[in-house]
Amino acid sequence: MHKGCSNIFHALTSCGLLQRIDMTEKLHEFVEKLRSENTAWVTKVIEGHGEVTVITSRESIVDACRSLKDKHGFDMLADLCGCDRGPEEDPRFEVNYHVFSTKHHNRLRLKVVLGEDDPHVPTVTQIWKTAEWHERETYDLVGVIFDGHPDLRRILLPSDFDGHALRKDYPLRGYEPYSLN
Amino acid sequence: MGLENTVFESLPDVLTVKLDSVINWARKSSLWPATFGLACCAIEMMNTVSARNDLSRFGAETFRASPRQADVMIVSGRVSRKMAPVLRRIYDQMPEPKWVISMGACATSGGVFDNYAIVQGVDKVVPVDIYVPGCPPRPEMLVHAITMLQEKIMKESVKDRRDTYEPESRESIVPGTLPVTEGTALERETEIEVAENQVSRPYTIPSKHERRRSS
Repeated sequence: MHKGCSNIFHALTSCGLLQRIDMTEKLHEFVEKLRSENTAWVTKVIEGHGEVTVITSRESIVDACRSLKDKHGFDMLADLCGCDRGPEEDPRFEVNYHVFSTKHHNRLRLKVVLGEDDPHVPTVTQIWKTAEWHERETYDLVGVIFDGHPDLRRILLPSDFDGHALRKDYPLRGYEPYSLN
Repeated sequence: MGLENTVFESLPDVLTVKLDSVINWARKSSLWPATFGLACCAIEMMNTVSARNDLSRFGAETFRASPRQADVMIVSGRVSRKMAPVLRRIYDQMPEPKWVISMGACATSGGVFDNYAIVQGVDKVVPVDIYVPGCPPRPEMLVHAITMLQEKIMKESVKDRRDTYEPESRESIVPGTLPVTEGTALERETEIEVAENQVSRPYTIPSKHERRRSS
């Protein structure tokens, strides 16, 4: 190896850039394990910024989460959030599951994309108890309905709120008139 | 030298004054604000009470966490639509006489938060006596607001707040509190009425003072 290259290699290793590449390799191993278990669980894999995202279907999200938790050590649901891509996009909504392992310290993201006319996704509250409030928040702000959720109602906005506030076509000032009673 | 010498020399033993002025003087000299810090304005409100801008110079330093012991509600910060019923309830739980200071741009008009989540002015929920502009107002401005409120209190009449003789105000009870038991015929009647018919009592009846201000 050229001496200059070696210096760059050391510099990259010391600032953690090469380690990050190793991290994504490890994450891809988990993705391959998932794929070998059931090929339908992994529709697409996206990599960027040292993170790996697995796009999966709503039929397989519960099984994939169960497998990640029970077999691959992803024991913590760090976040569950919804996203509205805009009313002009065809799969309009997406639900992101950020899972984290406290055993081997890896993070993986699962993503389900949903159409506007049928924004239903099965709940994962039976796998991670913490998903209950996260799913309520996603329902509250984006309007994704989680089938099988034990208590799906608004959590942040007032209970008589009209609409879902973080949808892109929601007017900033809300729907008028709104009573304060 | 002191007050004892000068007052007794210049004034008679008995003075005749208006009842309003004496009561208002007592009320304004000891305002007890309710702590209703909602956002960054609350930091300035805390600063107002602390050593540099000593609000106790004006007799309003005794902040109370219980609305039952408070005279003034200083709404400091943005009021979200979910907070609005809570704010109203705390206002209702404060005993008369009570006043409201709307502190800062957000409490007064919604400020920069012209959106679905924020009430565009706390005067849509409670009657406001003094509006303080600023984002956030300096503690001096809140001190000025308190002194302005004191001037306003001096112009009031005690008769304006006399509203307990109205039958409908007796019927209103705040949830979680016991009804008024004075043993009057009116009270017994309403108690029997409630026990027999399960009349749903209104959550709150606006006081005469409040109706006068809102009309």
